[in-house]
Amino acid sequence: MSAPLYGLLLAGGRSTRMGRDKAALRVAGRTQLEHAMALLAPRVERAFVSVRADQRAEPLRAAFEQIEDTRENLGPIAGIIAAQERFPESAWLVLACDLPLLDAATLEHLLRARAPERLATAFRSSHDGLPEPLCAVYEPGSRAALAAYVAGGRNCPRKFLLQADVHLIDEPNPRALDNANTPEEYAAAMSTMGAAPAAGTRRVTVQYFALLREQAGRGTESLVTAARTPFELYAELGRRYPFTLDPAVLRVAINSEFGDWSAPLREGDAVVFIPPVAGG
Amino acid sequence: MSAAGSTVSAPFGLVREPIDVAALRAALADPACGGYAAFEGWVRDSHEGRRVRHLEYEAYEPLAVREAERIIAEAVARFGVRHAACAHRVGDLRVGELAVWVGVSAPHRDEAFRACRYIIDEIKQRLPIWKKEHYAGGDSGWVNCERCAAAPHEHEHGGPGAHA
Repeated sequence: MSAPLYGLLLAGGRSTRMGRDKAALRVAGRTQLEHAMALLAPRVERAFVSVRADQRAEPLRAAFEQIEDTRENLGPIAGIIAAQERFPESAWLVLACDLPLLDAATLEHLLRARAPERLATAFRSSHDGLPEPLCAVYEPGSRAALAAYVAGGRNCPRKFLLQADVHLIDEPNPRALDNANTPEEYAAAMSTMGAAPAAGTRRVTVQYFALLREQAGRGTESLVTAARTPFELYAELGRRYPFTLDPAVLRVAINSEFGDWSAPLREGDAVVFIPPVAGG
Repeated sequence: MSAAGSTVSAPFGLVREPIDVAALRAALADPACGGYAAFEGWVRDSHEGRRVRHLEYEAYEPLAVREAERIIAEAVARFGVRHAACAHRVGDLRVGELAVWVGVSAPHRDEAFRACRYIIDEIKQRLPIWKKEHYAGGDSGWVNCERCAAAPHEHEHGGPGAHA
């Protein structure tokens, strides 16, 4: 039996590099805090916003149940520790509020992969291969280890995950956890999002099997592409991954049915490139 | 989707555990049938002169199941057999293990043999299932993929998806 899952949205940061409260920045028509909470709340039994004492009455944060930090100047790890102190029997899905590209599929992937017998389940960053501590599940068993880690004078949650018994998984969408700490990063994320459905691009998922899975280094991903057909999509992916298979030897499937290389790709399509088969 | 069990509700199954041939065969029994033909595909210890230690099968499951069910329906319609079923393993297999089983029952032997042959031939060609062989030397390879991977180097018309 795994522990009940509660959600913790980290919104207690000082946003010093952004120069303004990151939780209040707008993404997809609402604040980042509301955007993240809308992703988090439906997937957990109870969802809380992590706050510092002086943020309790701030209107954006006051709209939600809160957990107040019990220690100062520890950064995000203080929020996790406060949540674990208050509900030690729960596992915590911890999310930073400054992940404007985070999508439901990424969270679902994390929850499906959750390994309750380990201390935590987290994504391996698509950028540097290190664990992503602020979109992760912390099991009740991690409480003592985190407390000991902080007691030892350390407070970096990423380094904590590096040395702990953690289940690491690949991100299905390599940009989902891009965070935005500066106005420039925020603008870049916004342009990525804004470009998505409008200017002739679409979001598709690609599943990889056999040799293609090994060459892509992943089993699945979600991406925004300007490719209009599976043929163009395979060409685009072939510039990112060391694919050796010529499209002439592959077949393509769209939404779990054999498809045509020149069929128009639509928003939400699930595409599979089928290497030469060898059943039987 | 498991083909094991005493009844064959689904004509095809991808299975992670050893295939229960007795149960699958029993489900094809029919007083109207005087003939039963089956094919078993086993893991062989060599491939193109190389010593195979063990192998793994991987499947794109939703499409593999759908395509296999189509193949079986085609065989029933084309040869007029009464019942047909197939099970295919996925995961790690050792030499000698049963990798694929096909069974057909029919009023007479001829259509049973032909339908059985049709099903295994089409399964091998059409199902999105891949086989990785692990060789005695410690290396491994995806069957049918490693050689065609070299092909684009030999001709220039690789197409836009070829490679960087």
